[in-house]
Amino acid sequence: MDKGQTIFDEMAGDGGLIRHPYKEYHKWFETEAPARLHKKSADSETFFRRTGITFNVYGREEAAERLIPFDIIPRVISAREWARLERGIEQRVRAINAFLHDIYHRQEIIRAGRIPMELIANNEAFLPQMIGVSPPGNVYTHIVGTDLVRTGEDEFFVLEDNARTPSGVSYMLENRETMLHMFPELFAKVKVRAVSDYPKNLRRSLGDCAPPACNGKPVVAVLTPGIHNSAYFEHSFLADQMGAELVEGHDLRVVDGRIAMRTTQGYDPIDVLYRRVDDDYLDPLTFNPQSQLGVAGIMDVYRAGGITIANAPGTGIADDKAIYSYIPEIVEFYTGEKAMLKNVPTWRCAEADALAYVLDNLEELVVKEVHGSGGYGMLVGPAASKREISAFRTKLKAKPGNYIAQPTLALSTCPILTKKGLAPRHVDLRPFVLVSPRSVNITPGGLTRVALKAGSLVVNSSQGGGTKDTWVLEE
Amino acid sequence: MLGKTAGGLFWMFRFLERSENTARLLDAGFRIALTRSSASENEWASVVATAGSTQAYATKYDEYNARNVIDFLLRDRANPSSVMSVIDGARNNARVVRTALTREVWEATNECWITLKGLLSQPVSERDLPDVLGTIRQQSALVRGALHGTMLRNDIFDFARLGTFLERADNTARILDVKYYVLLPSASFVGSSLDNVQWESILRSVSAQRAFRWLNPGEVNPMSIAEFIILDQRLPRSLVFCYKKIVDNLGYLEEDYGLRLDCHDRAIPILKRLKETSIHAIFDQGLHEFITAFIRDNMALGGQIEQDYRFIG
Repeated sequence: MDKGQTIFDEMAGDGGLIRHPYKEYHKWFETEAPARLHKKSADSETFFRRTGITFNVYGREEAAERLIPFDIIPRVISAREWARLERGIEQRVRAINAFLHDIYHRQEIIRAGRIPMELIANNEAFLPQMIGVSPPGNVYTHIVGTDLVRTGEDEFFVLEDNARTPSGVSYMLENRETMLHMFPELFAKVKVRAVSDYPKNLRRSLGDCAPPACNGKPVVAVLTPGIHNSAYFEHSFLADQMGAELVEGHDLRVVDGRIAMRTTQGYDPIDVLYRRVDDDYLDPLTFNPQSQLGVAGIMDVYRAGGITIANAPGTGIADDKAIYSYIPEIVEFYTGEKAMLKNVPTWRCAEADALAYVLDNLEELVVKEVHGSGGYGMLVGPAASKREISAFRTKLKAKPGNYIAQPTLALSTCPILTKKGLAPRHVDLRPFVLVSPRSVNITPGGLTRVALKAGSLVVNSSQGGGTKDTWVLEE
Repeated sequence: MLGKTAGGLFWMFRFLERSENTARLLDAGFRIALTRSSASENEWASVVATAGSTQAYATKYDEYNARNVIDFLLRDRANPSSVMSVIDGARNNARVVRTALTREVWEATNECWITLKGLLSQPVSERDLPDVLGTIRQQSALVRGALHGTMLRNDIFDFARLGTFLERADNTARILDVKYYVLLPSASFVGSSLDNVQWESILRSVSAQRAFRWLNPGEVNPMSIAEFIILDQRLPRSLVFCYKKIVDNLGYLEEDYGLRLDCHDRAIPILKRLKETSIHAIFDQGLHEFITAFIRDNMALGGQIEQDYRFIG
């Protein structure tokens, strides 16, 4: 980040006075013995390990399952701040759904010249198989995890939309459970909005999107790649909490024009499949023929109205980072309103001027792959060595269209508990959004990810980040 | 319930049962090795044979001694039946069927895995062996306790129990299969002290040495041991006890699903035979033949259950 940028601390503000949303918590904190807090912190780790709340890190043999470090100091958001975020997120998510419907149907936005044709046509995440297909209820993004960052009192930015298959919601729920378990007295003092309705809302929201073939109460199942997937804990957690079956590809087949699961008594049809398997693996007959994770023929059943797939195939195009840079236009085009939430300024390296600027300023910028996620394959200029920068420069020049660049934002900090007491660390926020034909529902809170190293801006759990409970205050 | 879930429960509990049985076998073998050092090599060989691991063992070691056998049966991941391998297997299956388990059962299984992974991360010395074996049995008992205390008595429970008792029946039968010769009257220079040790060891491998003494005070003979382990309906590791449970649980499934399947027709005659025969008839027919046939039928029943309830697609 630029030298001289001040960093906004969400507890201390700019000036060192405790900010209003943190007042009650801070009062409580001051009266707590540090030894007790450190003990609670250690207890929380035991709790997570015993419960098996783990994730797998790809490419590491040892310690195949790891815990995501949990910090016991909550991140607090006021009711007023939340109301603003909520409106902005809802607007954005509605626009993205309208955009997805449009690009798979009449493509008005391209005809109107608001976004370039190439962005869609040459994009692997755009699925021609979805052209002309209308998903049940016209919902594409049933579940969204909008990544937000903050740089000041009123400065919020959307970093990524995660319209495809956002993960992390189980951590939001378990983090709260852990806090309730460890600090019940705190929740009597501070009025925090509950997050525990999420599984119920998810089930209802998915049920509201049942396909035409459904008769009776919709049967929902969660499709997982299996126990070796990094997010398997979350898949089983959500299935469990929703009272849905957790299925793998080999449990499913097409029976009488429906997708059915193999039970101990025969094959039972499924109405809504919340899949945690990427588009490419969904149907070996339509996409990657090598895939063992999906169901042969599911796309035909889908097109014929025999099943709802959540999120809809082809949604990934909205996560493309080049598309991201057009979201303000997209919001305006479909809602007729200005976008309430800001985008991070973005240089599309496909454009010659932008590329030249980015190459000149690599030391200052964050450069990301257009299709990347999880913090892999990106360059954080200010944290990179000369050699890393020069290696990246070569990659960037070879395929500029593969990259976008953004300024390094001065992400806000929240305090974490360290051996020496409280210390500020950079954070982001992923609220979880449910979309049904009837409503857009945003759970008050979300997953706060925190970089555990002092000064670090990388919050991804795959790269050593941790999480915090996120409190949205009642009035 | 998904067929895969039924299969996961079945195997989860087979594996847990196996870990406990292996611990018991090692305990009995260790005992003999301690008291009869001249017989120890044979004894370790028969422990490995009972665990069904002779071939795998031979690819790795040339001789049977305490250190190798203990390591191979407790820790070796190359041995699919080692305690560590089966505890991995039990937990992986528990992860697959996690939505069918209560939080208590899942946590007990996970704790069991965490504890044993720590305990078995280093070779176990003979000095530490009794404690380690105790912990293995204790951890498996905790999972069973959570199962009994918290799970609904429905099809989930039935598949868990079927896995437990099929595995247990197999294990008890294997002990007899490997040790049948010490129970034969022909081999008897009866009452020799080596025989006594062997008989004691068989009883110990099914945790029945005290129970046997309660029921047969002051008297040990091979035929009554065989009778006890095969035909006594009160002994929870006897073949007939296991089959009573298997038939019960299959019966609950039949009632629950309103579906009679081939596995029912296979299981009932096995129980009937065990109930109607006598130990004399078994010895007349040939103990070894009887046990071999039992092991074969038991395996076939496992396969039939797997097929009938669609464990695999």
